[in-house]
Parts: sequence; structure tokens; C-alpha cells
Amino acid sequence: MELKGKPLTDEEFRKGKVITVPWNPKAMYEWDTGTAMGRYLDGMKQGKIIGVQCHKCRRIMVPPRDFCELCFRNVDEYTEIKDTGSVNTFSICNVSWDMKRISSPLIPAVIELDGASEGMGIMHLLGEVDPKSVTRGMKVKAVWKPAQEREGAITDIRYFKPL
Amino acid sequence: MPDVAIIGAGTTRFMRRSLETGKELSYEAAKMALDSAGLTLKDIQAVCMGTAPDAFDGLHMKGEYLLDGAGGFGKPYMRGYVGGGTGVFAPIQGWYHVASGLFDICLVVCEEKMSSCQPHPQGAFLTIFDHTTERPLGPNLLWIFALEMNRYMTTYGIQKKDIALVSVKNKKNAMDNPIAQLPMEITVDDVLKSEVLAWPVQRLDVSPTSDGAAAIVLASEKVARKLTNKPVWIQGVGWSLDTSYWTDKDLCYPRYVEKAARMAYGMAGVKEPKKEINVVEPYDPFDYKELHHLEGLLLCDKGDAPRITADGVTQRNGNMPACPSGGLLGCGNPIAASGLMKISEIFYQLRGEAGKRQVPGKPLRGLAQAWGDLMQVGTVVVMGVDKPRAKGKKAR
Repeated sequence: MELKGKPLTDEEFRKGKVITVPWNPKAMYEWDTGTAMGRYLDGMKQGKIIGVQCHKCRRIMVPPRDFCELCFRNVDEYTEIKDTGSVNTFSICNVSWDMKRISSPLIPAVIELDGASEGMGIMHLLGEVDPKSVTRGMKVKAVWKPAQEREGAITDIRYFKPL
Repeated sequence: MPDVAIIGAGTTRFMRRSLETGKELSYEAAKMALDSAGLTLKDIQAVCMGTAPDAFDGLHMKGEYLLDGAGGFGKPYMRGYVGGGTGVFAPIQGWYHVASGLFDICLVVCEEKMSSCQPHPQGAFLTIFDHTTERPLGPNLLWIFALEMNRYMTTYGIQKKDIALVSVKNKKNAMDNPIAQLPMEITVDDVLKSEVLAWPVQRLDVSPTSDGAAAIVLASEKVARKLTNKPVWIQGVGWSLDTSYWTDKDLCYPRYVEKAARMAYGMAGVKEPKKEINVVEPYDPFDYKELHHLEGLLLCDKGDAPRITADGVTQRNGNMPACPSGGLLGCGNPIAASGLMKISEIFYQLRGEAGKRQVPGKPLRGLAQAWGDLMQVGTVVVMGVDKPRAKGKKAR
């Protein structure tokens, strides 16, 4: 069967060998945080990590949610989770989203938080650590911004550092 | 419930950037599929379109834009979308259009044109992250793969060199596939020495971004028997989505793929997948993903996929050939189109028409699978040269 599809080289595309039409949208959004996430961010402002508990499945969940997706009922209470935990998994990232090299690598991780049910974690960054020394299971603690700088955002935690 | 067969297929080249628009690519693939089935658009009663995020093309309601290229004008037409799982979900939609008895012939078209998104299609992926808890951390798409890959490696003590074998195999397999974007002969060492993007993910662990389209024609048994003496039957379909709270589940195992697979095996009457699936196209946007998915599909034990890969089981001449097409690592990854390409590859393999890519031993049953969203969706189609055994059995 005849092959269909004509590949264009980068040069043909960038240097005007074919006619192109650019568009540079500026899409703006502003999200209200909702019931559970609002409580979570309010907690961040106070230097606390807030989770929720469902009395039916008994899970203590983080990030918090207004309803238990497992039992499909409203959660029963909001509860404070510890700001310590362990590294569930991590990466050492050398590139930005558009594939440019970044000068100092970021270390994103899933951190299982103490006080939440087993396996419950959040995504955040690790800091004050040599990337090569990060291991699965490493105990870590949140490094908070000073109270006056906190604004009710996930970035009120600068990063997690080894405990 | 009528049995449903695939009776034709077509795929364009997969390219880093195509001259053709998405609509034109869709047309080329649809036309090839119709020609291969000896049909014209007049014969088609309904059309299913699969295409992934609108943001790549910069077109909202992309399904409607692509409609004319997919031959959907004036017909019952719909676009389904489950992220990267779309390419195997669209034929499932096509299947229930026909299995329901509503239509006898349905065209399924999948398209992706990622190259239009500037400066890099990765930008379109950023919005998959939660806008409150994740996006402020400055994530990029590689993170979720790197986090999952590392969890998989540390759970089972898997080394990068074990995983690199998948990239070596698939890129080599692609050398026999005329549509392929990145066919090449490389070594494990090449993979291990390639640029580290987001440890443990390196450049040669990843499939490229691509433009391309694929299409298949589905027909009910009574029509399929008239049109071809080599129908390939859809024996079972399955799909499942996992929680969006992805940091609350163990990333070492794709349990949603297992759920989808069990649904498809149940319909197909497959009791021992390791023995009864003869050729497989697991979704391989990253090399470790093929391993992950072989395990989720119950085609090997948990944590054992690297071993069977090292033993050559997944080579074309092995007992469980995986990605004989060259997969996404070798052929490229125009998201929805690459999933449907996998369906087409199993179609050719079961008809004995895969040419240089043909696996030996006249395979009787094959499986194509795709994956997507925030590590959430598994889509599975089991296909065979025989009609499904568990006829009429409910999926669940």
C-alpha cells in the first residue's frame, strides 16, 4: 500500500518553506478552591496539613476531599496530618516543560505523610538534600515559609527536607 | 448480540511534523481503511473518532473539526476521549455501535497532530495537573512517568539496563515498519548514556511527539462474511479508570489495566492469558510502560516483565511477541492514532499480513492495549481469528 503523509523538516517549517499561521492565546483562569481544598489551603496558611477521615472505610485521606470516593458518602471530619513523612518515590528532573536544561535539578517526590492512612501521599519537592542521596523511604519534614509570607497555597511549604 | 469483525485498516506515516492538517491525515487513513475493505464512504453507517487533547491542535471541539476528514458528515458520528487510552477506546466505541445491532458497518478513525503546539507539545500537557495542589509546584509531564518508573524499579529491584531492552527491541522492530518515525538499531548502552531528562527517565526511554492518523472498518458478522474471508473478530473489550488522587495509590502496578484486561478476557473466554494470548501490543510511550502493562495484562507475574524481556520472550520470535510493530518507541506517538495503530498491527498479525514484521506460528489471538490520563485509564481489546467463545456473556 502506498505510504501517505508528507513529513516536514524543522527547517521547512521554521524558515517559511510552507505558509504557517501563528496564534498566541492568553487564556486566563481564576479558580475558587472549593470546600475541601479551601480547608486544605487555609491549613497551609496556618502551617498545618489538613486531611479528612471517612468513618465508614476508616481511611484518613490527603489531599482532603469533601466526599469519600470509595464509600461515595460525605467525609466525617477534617483532621490535622503531620508535616513529616517518607519518600514514596522521587525523580531528579533536569529539564523544564519545554525540554530546556535547568541549572539546578528539581527533585519532585510523592511523600507519604505520617498520620494519614498507609500509602496516602502528596506530590511536592525535596530540598536541602544532595539529589544522589535521596532514597525511597527516606524520612522527610516540611520546610514552611515564615507565617507572614504564607498565603494559603501548596507553596507555603517550600519543600520537604531530610529529617 | 452480533459478533463484530475488523475488515480493513489504514495508517499514515507517523512523523515529527506533517505537511497535512489533522483533517487531511484523517482523510488519508480513513480512505486507506475503506479501500482495504473494498468499501466506499456510502457503505459506512456510523463513524467513531478518537483524538486526544484539543490543546494540541489549538481547536476546541476538535471532533467536529475533523468530522469531514473522518467521513462523518451526515452520519451518526461521535468523538470519545480518554487521554492516551483513546486509540484503543475508539474501536471499543465502534464495537458497541455494531454489537448493539444499531449499525452493520462502522468506521473508526484516530488522529493526532501534536506538532502545531509551540514551542513544544509538552505545554499542552501541563494542564493535566491539579490546578490547586500540583501546578504551583512547576511540574512537567515527565515527572509522573519518572515517579512511576522509579516506584516500579525500587519495588522489584529492577535496573535501568533491564528496562532499556524494551527500547532497543521496539526501535529495532520499527525498522520493518514503513510508517515508523524513529526506527533504529541501538544498544542498551546507548539508552543508558542518553541524556538524563528526569531520572530515571532518559532521552531514549521516551517515545517522540508525532503527527499521524489511523483507521479501521468494523462490520457485523453477516456483513463481514460477505466482504472478506479473513475477518478478525473482536473477542473482548475492557476499559477502566482509576482514581484521580494518583498520589494515594501504589504506582508500582497499573491495577486499572488489570481491571480492563479481566473485563476483556471474561468476554473473550480467555482463562489463561499467558497461554492464550499469542501476540500483544502493550502501550509503550516509555520503555518501562511496556513492562508495567505486560504485568497489568496478566501476561506475566508482577515484577517479572524485565526477566521475560531479557529472556527474549517478547521478541518477535519469542513466545509472547510484544510490540512487533515497533510500538510507540519506534513508530512514534501521535497519541490516539498510535493506539489504533496497535489494533491494526494485531489485525495484520492475525491475518498473516504483517510482512517482515510477521510473528511466526500463525497466532490465533492477540491483544492491543492503551493507557492514559493521570496514570488512570486502561483500554483493552482482545482480537482473534475465531469468534469469541463466551458468546453473549456479559462483561461483568
